[in-house]
Amino acid sequence: MDAFLNSNIGILAITIAQTLAMLVPLLIAVAYATYAERKVLAAMQMRVGPNQVGPLGLLQPFADALKMVMKETIIPSGANRALFIFAPMLTFILAMIAWAVIPVAEGWAIADINVGVLYLFAISSLGVYGIIIAGWASNSKYAFLGGLRSAAQMVSYEVSMGFVIVTVLLCVGSLNLTQIVLAQKTVWFFIPLFPMFIIFFISALAETNRTPFDLAEGESELVAGYMVEYSSMAYALFFLGEYANMFLMSAMTTTLFLGGWLAPMDIAPFNWVPGPVWFILKVSLCMFTFFWVRATLPRYRYDQLMRLGWKVFLPFSLIWLVITAFVLKLAGWLPV
Amino acid sequence: MIAALAFYVFAAILIASAVMVVTSRNPVHSVLFLILAFFNAAALFLIAGAEFLAMILLIVYVGAVAVLFLFVVMMLDIDFSQLRGGFQRYLPIGAIIGGILLLELLFVYGSWQFADGSAGLRMNAMTADGVTNTQALGRILYTDYIFLFQASGLILLVAMIGAIVLTLRDKRPDSRRQDIAVQVARAHAVTLQNVEPRKGLGELGIIRRPLPAAPKPRQVAHDDDHGHGGGHH
Repeated sequence: MDAFLNSNIGILAITIAQTLAMLVPLLIAVAYATYAERKVLAAMQMRVGPNQVGPLGLLQPFADALKMVMKETIIPSGANRALFIFAPMLTFILAMIAWAVIPVAEGWAIADINVGVLYLFAISSLGVYGIIIAGWASNSKYAFLGGLRSAAQMVSYEVSMGFVIVTVLLCVGSLNLTQIVLAQKTVWFFIPLFPMFIIFFISALAETNRTPFDLAEGESELVAGYMVEYSSMAYALFFLGEYANMFLMSAMTTTLFLGGWLAPMDIAPFNWVPGPVWFILKVSLCMFTFFWVRATLPRYRYDQLMRLGWKVFLPFSLIWLVITAFVLKLAGWLPV
Repeated sequence: MIAALAFYVFAAILIASAVMVVTSRNPVHSVLFLILAFFNAAALFLIAGAEFLAMILLIVYVGAVAVLFLFVVMMLDIDFSQLRGGFQRYLPIGAIIGGILLLELLFVYGSWQFADGSAGLRMNAMTADGVTNTQALGRILYTDYIFLFQASGLILLVAMIGAIVLTLRDKRPDSRRQDIAVQVARAHAVTLQNVEPRKGLGELGIIRRPLPAAPKPRQVAHDDDHGHGGGHH
């Protein structure tokens, strides 16, 4: 058995099994995130929300998925066919492959690579291509404007996000995600780095094109932005990709600031709960905040969004990075 | 074996997409092939064990530079027939420049000599045990060559300031700037209040105030350059 597991085919089989063990729960979670979002929004607006399909409406996501699959795939005659079909696939694939490095518990990452944070940052910055290619390939002005807006927005917020990540890395001394979580054993980073935590979360909203930064699909002016021409499964892939990206950003927030799989305190009732449960609870909390923000805030004006990214977040995170470096150096807390 | 196979696959795709960057007719396709080329270069870095460089290549070039390329190219209004029209005219000079470059490359490569045992060295890990290549790169950049690194940073800063100075057109003193704080601030006049029945707003101590008046158009602006967004001439 050991000989098989150490052979090339054995390693391949294990990797495939691990990947499925990560992706299947993720996709189910994505399906139920749509349900949870509708229920949370409904509760915040004093409505009932979906309650017809199955008990408490719990089968609603599957009904929606079935409806999507049954619809006709329409490819506009003026569209660039190959890129038009490629864009939703790219969005979905990028949202999935980032999960390879997320440690759900100690040693529970599919690939525990040295540069895990950089990998995550790279993958999340590639997400813009799905949107900009979709916008261009649709050959429609609404889609194109939506794509351009989104590209500019994501590139802008990545910059301050990068500085936030560098600040965390200064406190850890490693690019490995497991090391980052283990470094938070004494105190979770959202306490000493609270302003950076807020900036990171707001940038995560902008990166995933969520309210109040959902100008890429602002329906009052751009109909549905880059998704205007999409229908059926292609649209569903965009939809799934967006929610998977929200989960990814929540997982990043959890790993970088909320102590990953660590219990809040290493004492009796808390450390009976296994690590993955804590991880899932924290990710769910972040997801709830995504929904909460959507229910609460109106959409930003585009120039205000750019101003916030470049003139507020960028200088602030840069200054905070320098302050953190000084404090760590003067107090002798720099990790070796 | 698998690493060698992967190397040839990635290298072949890299060269093919580099050729497509030059030959494809649609500039947007060119940029997309350029991105594919970056990807395969990152994969080659990974095979060579330079994981940090691979990720930085993805983040900087694919995540930022190529997005801006794509951004600009998509917005260009290009007449393809006009682009191809100049082909005949520029062919001779292009061929001459290409030929000279090829000759130079051949001379360089012809006089290339490998040191003894260099092939063996290349197979070794690039850094000593226990030192990740992120640490090794950091040591070289920030410890060994910190002054050169700072100098190159200064050069980039000067270039950036130059670009800003060149593009800063707005030199008029009376141009209206936005004051976001004023724009997003609420007055009571636009706020929903939960007022109990039969009690007026006055009972709650809330007095309706009018919205801040739009500023008068200024003739000369000296110190105050905040516009309130709603001013008309």
